[in-house]
This record gives sequence, structure tokens and C-alpha cells, in this order.
Amino acid sequence: MTSLRSKIIPVITLLAGLVVLWYAFAIYMNAPFQRDLDRRAGQTPGVVEFVGKTLSQPKPTVPAPHQVASNFFENTFLRNVTSNRSLVYHAWVTLSSTLLGFAFGTVLGIVIAVGIVHVTTLDRSLMPWIITSQTIPILAVAPMIIVVLAAVGITGIVPKALISTYLSFFPVAVGMVKGLRSPEKMHLDLMRTYNSSKTQTFWKLRVPASVPYLFTSMQVAVAASLVGAIVGELPTGATAGIGAKLLLGSYYSQTIDMWSALVAGSVVAALLVTIVGLVGQAVQRSMGGRPA
Amino acid sequence: MIGNTQTVVQANGLGLTFRTNDGPVVALTDVDLTIKKGEFVSFIGPSGCGKTTFLRVIADLEQPTSGTISINGMTPEQARHARAYGYVFQAAALYPWRTIDRNIALPLEIIGLSKAEQQERIKRTMELVELSGFEHKYPWQLSGGMQQRASIARALAFDADLLLMDEPFGALDEIVRDHLNQQLLKLWARTQKTICFVTHSIPEAVYLSTRIVVMSPRPGRVTDVIESTLPHERPLDIRETPEFLEIAARVRDGLRAGHSYDD
Repeated sequence: MTSLRSKIIPVITLLAGLVVLWYAFAIYMNAPFQRDLDRRAGQTPGVVEFVGKTLSQPKPTVPAPHQVASNFFENTFLRNVTSNRSLVYHAWVTLSSTLLGFAFGTVLGIVIAVGIVHVTTLDRSLMPWIITSQTIPILAVAPMIIVVLAAVGITGIVPKALISTYLSFFPVAVGMVKGLRSPEKMHLDLMRTYNSSKTQTFWKLRVPASVPYLFTSMQVAVAASLVGAIVGELPTGATAGIGAKLLLGSYYSQTIDMWSALVAGSVVAALLVTIVGLVGQAVQRSMGGRPA
Repeated sequence: MIGNTQTVVQANGLGLTFRTNDGPVVALTDVDLTIKKGEFVSFIGPSGCGKTTFLRVIADLEQPTSGTISINGMTPEQARHARAYGYVFQAAALYPWRTIDRNIALPLEIIGLSKAEQQERIKRTMELVELSGFEHKYPWQLSGGMQQRASIARALAFDADLLLMDEPFGALDEIVRDHLNQQLLKLWARTQKTICFVTHSIPEAVYLSTRIVVMSPRPGRVTDVIESTLPHERPLDIRETPEFLEIAARVRDGLRAGHSYDD
């Protein structure tokens, strides 16, 4: 209880501070346009009325928190989830390609890590390329992947998922190389005294030793997958998904829609990272991890 | 040990030089030693004298650079492939994700024993080291002494005739150490194994061994080999007898003579 309170109070305080700042910023940013409107309408509102107006514009430069909150609430809980105005629907579209890409990325990352740890040639040749791959801006690569794959007849969820894969294999590969190499020398020597085969050492020592590294890197990878999926929705002219919602919002200056799509994306990211973390904890507990 | 002359370890002119960035380091030079079946041989000396290195050469964890060594008439590599020895490290080296019984099962899984045979050996060795009842505990739930006993059980379950022990009790307190020394002697008497035991404690070496190999550093070499005259049956208070103290004094002299700090 005390620990709960000691955690919640600072977080709430910080959040309240941010909301206050956000309101101040919204008023400041929306004021010039509001002043312009009032001047044309020949109105001279009082301070309170003026502030109220800056916080209730239909297409504000910076929407106020309550505008985003009500838009988010309306589009999440009051819409039919199959409606294309529902954020749940858009989140699901993005989530499905995120998860597919994340699964591909995790498998690919693990395969690469196993190769690097066991084959000296791969160790020397592959790592620099893997690092280089991540220095290329994903925004430049994404349209090419989509276009090339569409040309060979692959459309739909897979191209989007591949962009997620591109971003998510990297943390898994790097984390797993570290994890598979994490056993102490003594544990490796022990296996050697048993005349254990490479395969036995791999399954009985390297794999279990790498589990904590796997889950840590999967937490990074799942967040990267979501970014990949959203980016993948931008150049496809997709009509569904959080990325599409962001893009459409920017076409029509629906700033409130954009912000609430952004919030939806953050909520999905937080959920994914938390879920992976919880699964990781459960797995480690079942492997005899000392309760923290 | 009379009448039992089968040679387990035979080293002739054995040497090992490590190549390091600071130039070659001579870890062992010109070691001649014969260990017979059923002996309890301790290796004692200050750090850097090559006692652990010698044990690791027997175990095929290090490769000698000169001389010859054979284990049961085989090269160390062949002996390792034949699973001729069990090794107990300085730390317990238990796998944290395995319970104690699964840790003991590890070498048995690797040799491919049946589940029933595994169970039988786990039960027997856990009784030997007095750990029955702790089968399903994880290593972190046990004290350091218990962990080290579990690692001895693991080596015993492997059931090789040669047991190599590298300062297994070095990190434990005096009382636990005394207790484990007693248990080890009983085990040795019961199992008739050949034991090579590395230590830096003179009382421990004298109390346990039938033979004490005194080593000295820079370069690592054998300076004295002392046959123990103590009886087979050794209660802890044998350590106060004049006989015991006499052997201990000889070991100390050997250590002092080989000490290179006053070179």
C-alpha cells in the first residue's frame, strides 16, 4: 500500500503538471487564430470568454486535453467496433500487423543470433550489416517494400508486417547474441567435463541462460513493431489503422482526431510492452527466478 | 592402498606456458607425478603455483605445451570423452533455473541415462551429501555450503572413478568447512574413488590426504611430495596430535622454501 502510494503520488503530480502546461500551451498556440476570427466577426470577448473559445476550436492548432479526451472516449467506447470511425477498429488493424511483424522479427532475430553465436564467419560478416540496416531511415524503406511487394502480388497485412519485422528483428538479434553468450566460463567448462555435444550445451545451457535477455529485447522489439506498422500504413494509402487515421487527420486538419489516434497508439504500445513484460516475469518465475 | 597399484594419473615432464599479451607465463614446468587408484592427493601452494592449472590439464580444460600426461592410460581428451572424471569447481556452478535434483540430473541427461536410473542416482547421491528433502529447491534457496554439497552430489552422480576438486570449500566458513571435510573423508572411504584436491589450507590438506603435493609459483612447479602417516580413520581432533602437526610443519616448510616472494 505504501509502495503503491509512493509510486502513484509522484506520477499523478507530474501528470497534473503536464496537463496544466498543456492547457497553457494550447491557449498560447490557438490564440492568434482566435484573435483573427474575433476581429473578423467584430467581437471583443472578455478574457474568460476568449480563453474558453481557444480551448473549443473545432480544428485547433493544439487541441486541449479535454478535447482529445472526449474525442478518444467517444471513438473508443461509443462507436461500434466495426465502424471505421472507431479507434478500436483502427487499433486492431494496426495491432494485427504489429503482432505478425513482431512474431516474424522475433523468430528472425533469434535465428540470426544463433547463427552469429555458432558460425564464426557469420559472427564476422553479419553484425556490421545488421547495424547498418538500422541506420537507414525506415520512412525511406517502407514505401519501397510496399511497392516492390505489391508488384509481385503481395498486398494486405504482410508488407506492413515486414516493415515491423525490419525494425523488430534488430533488438532481438542483438539481445540474443548477448544472451546466448552470457553463460559463465565455469558453466561452459562444466559442460565440457561432461563431454556434452554442442547441441546439448545449446539447449541445456545457452538457451535457458538467454531467456532474460530475450524478454528484455522483445519489449523493445514490440514497441518498434508498432512504430513499423504505423509507418507502414502511411505510404500505402491505407484506409484503416492508426497510421491511416493520422494521415487522414493531417489531410483534413482534423487535429483532434490525430491526437486521439496518437493516444490510441500510445495505449496500444503501453499494453504490448506491459504484456511482454508480464509474460517474461511469469516465465522467469517458472524457471526459478528469485522473487524481487 | 597396499596391493593396489593401478595408475590413474601419470605425468612426465609436464609443462604449460600461457601466451598472454604481456608475454609468455609459465604456469607449470617439469611436473612428474604418479597418482594411484584410491589415493587422496592434495595440491597445495600459493596462488599462481599452477595447482588449478594441473587439475585443468587432467580434465582436458587446458592443453599442456610440453611433456606427457595420461589418465587411465589415455590422453586427457580421450579420458574426457570416456567421462573418466567428475569435476567440482571453486564455486558450486549450479544452474539457477534448475532445482537441485534437476541440477544433479544434468550430467545424467547428457550421458543419456533412463529416467529411472537418473532418479535412483539422484536419491543416492543426495543422501550421501545429506541433502535429502531439498530436491525441489532452487539453488538460491540454499546456503553456500549446501550449494557446494549439491555440486559434489552432481559430480558423484556422474559416477566416475576419479574426482577432481578445485578448492571446493575455499569460500566457506571454518565450521562448515570442517563438517564438509569430515563428510568428504567418509564419502571417499565409502566410494573408493581417487581424489585430486586443490587447496590453499594446510590443515585441510593434511587432514584429508594420503599424499600432499606442495607446489610453488613462478614458474609453477612441484617442490615436495609428502606421504601422510596418519591412519585412515580420522576424527577432527586428530588435528591436535603431534603426528598431524609434524606433517603440517613439513608442508609449511615446503611452502616457505618454494616461496618466490623473497627471490
